[in-house]
Amino acid sequence: MVVARTLAVALHGVDGGIVEIEADLANGLPAFTIIGLPDAALGEAKDRVRSAAANSGCDLPNRKVTVNLSPASLPKHGSGFDLGIAVAALATTGIVSDAAISSVVHLGELSLDGRLRPVAGVLPAVLAARRAGARAVVVPSGNASEAALVPGIRVIAAASLRDVLIGHGAALDVVPVEPLAAAVSAEPVTESGDLADVVGHPEAVEALQVAAAGGHHMLMLGPPGAGKTMLASRLPGLLPDLEPDAAVEVSSIRSLAGLPLGSSLVTRPPLEAPHHSATMASLIGGGSGLVRPGAISRAAHGVLFLDEAPEFAGAVLDALRQPLETGEITIHRARTVARFPARFQLVLAANPCPCGNGGSDDCTCTPMMRRRYLGRLSGPLLDRIDLQLTVRRVGTAQMTDGAPGATTSAIARDRVVAARSRARQRWGAHGWSLNAQVPGAALRGERWRLAAADRGALDRALERGAITMRGYDRVLRVAWTLADLDGVDRPGADQLGRALYLRKGI
Amino acid sequence: MARKDVLGRTGEQLAVEHLVGAGYTILDRNWRCSLGEIDIVASLGSTTVVVEVKTRSNTGYGHPLDAVTPRKLARLRRLSGAWCAANPGASIVRIDVIAIIASRDGINLDHVQQVC
Repeated sequence: MVVARTLAVALHGVDGGIVEIEADLANGLPAFTIIGLPDAALGEAKDRVRSAAANSGCDLPNRKVTVNLSPASLPKHGSGFDLGIAVAALATTGIVSDAAISSVVHLGELSLDGRLRPVAGVLPAVLAARRAGARAVVVPSGNASEAALVPGIRVIAAASLRDVLIGHGAALDVVPVEPLAAAVSAEPVTESGDLADVVGHPEAVEALQVAAAGGHHMLMLGPPGAGKTMLASRLPGLLPDLEPDAAVEVSSIRSLAGLPLGSSLVTRPPLEAPHHSATMASLIGGGSGLVRPGAISRAAHGVLFLDEAPEFAGAVLDALRQPLETGEITIHRARTVARFPARFQLVLAANPCPCGNGGSDDCTCTPMMRRRYLGRLSGPLLDRIDLQLTVRRVGTAQMTDGAPGATTSAIARDRVVAARSRARQRWGAHGWSLNAQVPGAALRGERWRLAAADRGALDRALERGAITMRGYDRVLRVAWTLADLDGVDRPGADQLGRALYLRKGI
Repeated sequence: MARKDVLGRTGEQLAVEHLVGAGYTILDRNWRCSLGEIDIVASLGSTTVVVEVKTRSNTGYGHPLDAVTPRKLARLRRLSGAWCAANPGASIVRIDVIAIIASRDGINLDHVQQVC
């Protein structure tokens, strides 16, 4: 009885666990069995492995081969285990030594001719391998650049099973093959555009910069054609480049979603704009068996833009509340729990009423219809949104003037970066980095309380009942962001007034 | 005799020589009953061994061991029972398969013990 062992990685969300692949060669008629909760794609590995091995110049042994994926109770998905299974099964014949493969992680799908096909999720898998202390990781050539993004672990890229075996010391002839490249999936084109393209809307442009600087969620209300979508798509361009940790997280999610990564980590914040027919699973992630990241995870560290927000199913919108608070989403299924990052900036756009002309003389909606329409955005969700502004249609006067001297995305981004660094200096000791993350109690507390004279308008609004206590805190947060943008140490009456306008601009 | 039958007879003869060389005693060859035929019945110590021999001249259509299907194994089990009924006294019974590839390059013999 001969047992050979090697390693692979099973992914659950962006976390991965090391899986030990053991192959046992027993006396008996030729058979190839895979045990350890494989799914359908993994169960079919035995046919791929048998053909790939034969076409790599080394047949599987004519005996009973049993492959166990340990821990046996953990469900395993996908074709990324093919290579590990093939190497372990062939090692039982002695073609490579057990010592050469036992601490090496193998990732990759086999094609029938023995070449290695790229798989999704290589970046998080290699990260998991490094965390688990693996010595080296073998990946398909098509994933080599992605795997190389992870420092601190030896990455071996191979084009075929034969190359892998030769690399482990097998006495086989070198046969050069054309490496299989990753299938390039068409990426949705999210034309970001420049802020300078926006005509009119000076207060909306300012609000976008406030949202970017403070990490505030935002709701834009306006008739069709006013430019809400145009404004929202400019927001990622105003955000600073991703921090190294965030870049790894964003790239991991892209890798899991099967999107191409290129030769460097993603450094720009992503924009996700799902259609309003989106289901709960497509938005927050899910799926039976293999749990996939949803739009909120693909938008992590970037912007999630929900156009026509009231048209989304109510339950889907309310599912956003928890990730908005915690910054991550944990998806529970009967057999598995997957965690994905979900710290995104939410931008909602909505028409003021079903006919879209709300507020003007052309509106044909009854007050009841208007109320019901916006009532679809639940109170708890709106409570989490700091900035609410009205976007009006652009008139001819605004169209002709204002083009020169318009704020470009680059200028706005510099302002945002400066404002964010001020905020980080101020809150860094408390563990917050953005104004939007600061709890209201801290803002109202002794240390950061604003002068009573400056607060006048705000306090009166609270006394009048125009804003709630929670709304009061939100205005304070936005005021701090405005102060950061203006480069002053503390918000004064001016900043508070503008913050109040941005809160109650509807 | 057809070419395939000649190959089969040659393979069985090679298998017998292999078994005798390994210390087995041949009890029966080509034993028939209504259920079918057993190629070789041999004994080693107190164990009675029922042997199925598969011979091929090349592996173009797969290894001879791959041709031993679950259906053939089931029939071998029934045949073993029939042989034991006809020849009382066997206590431990084992079913083996001997695969022979008789190609131009030479002869390759693979003896798999206790297949079911």
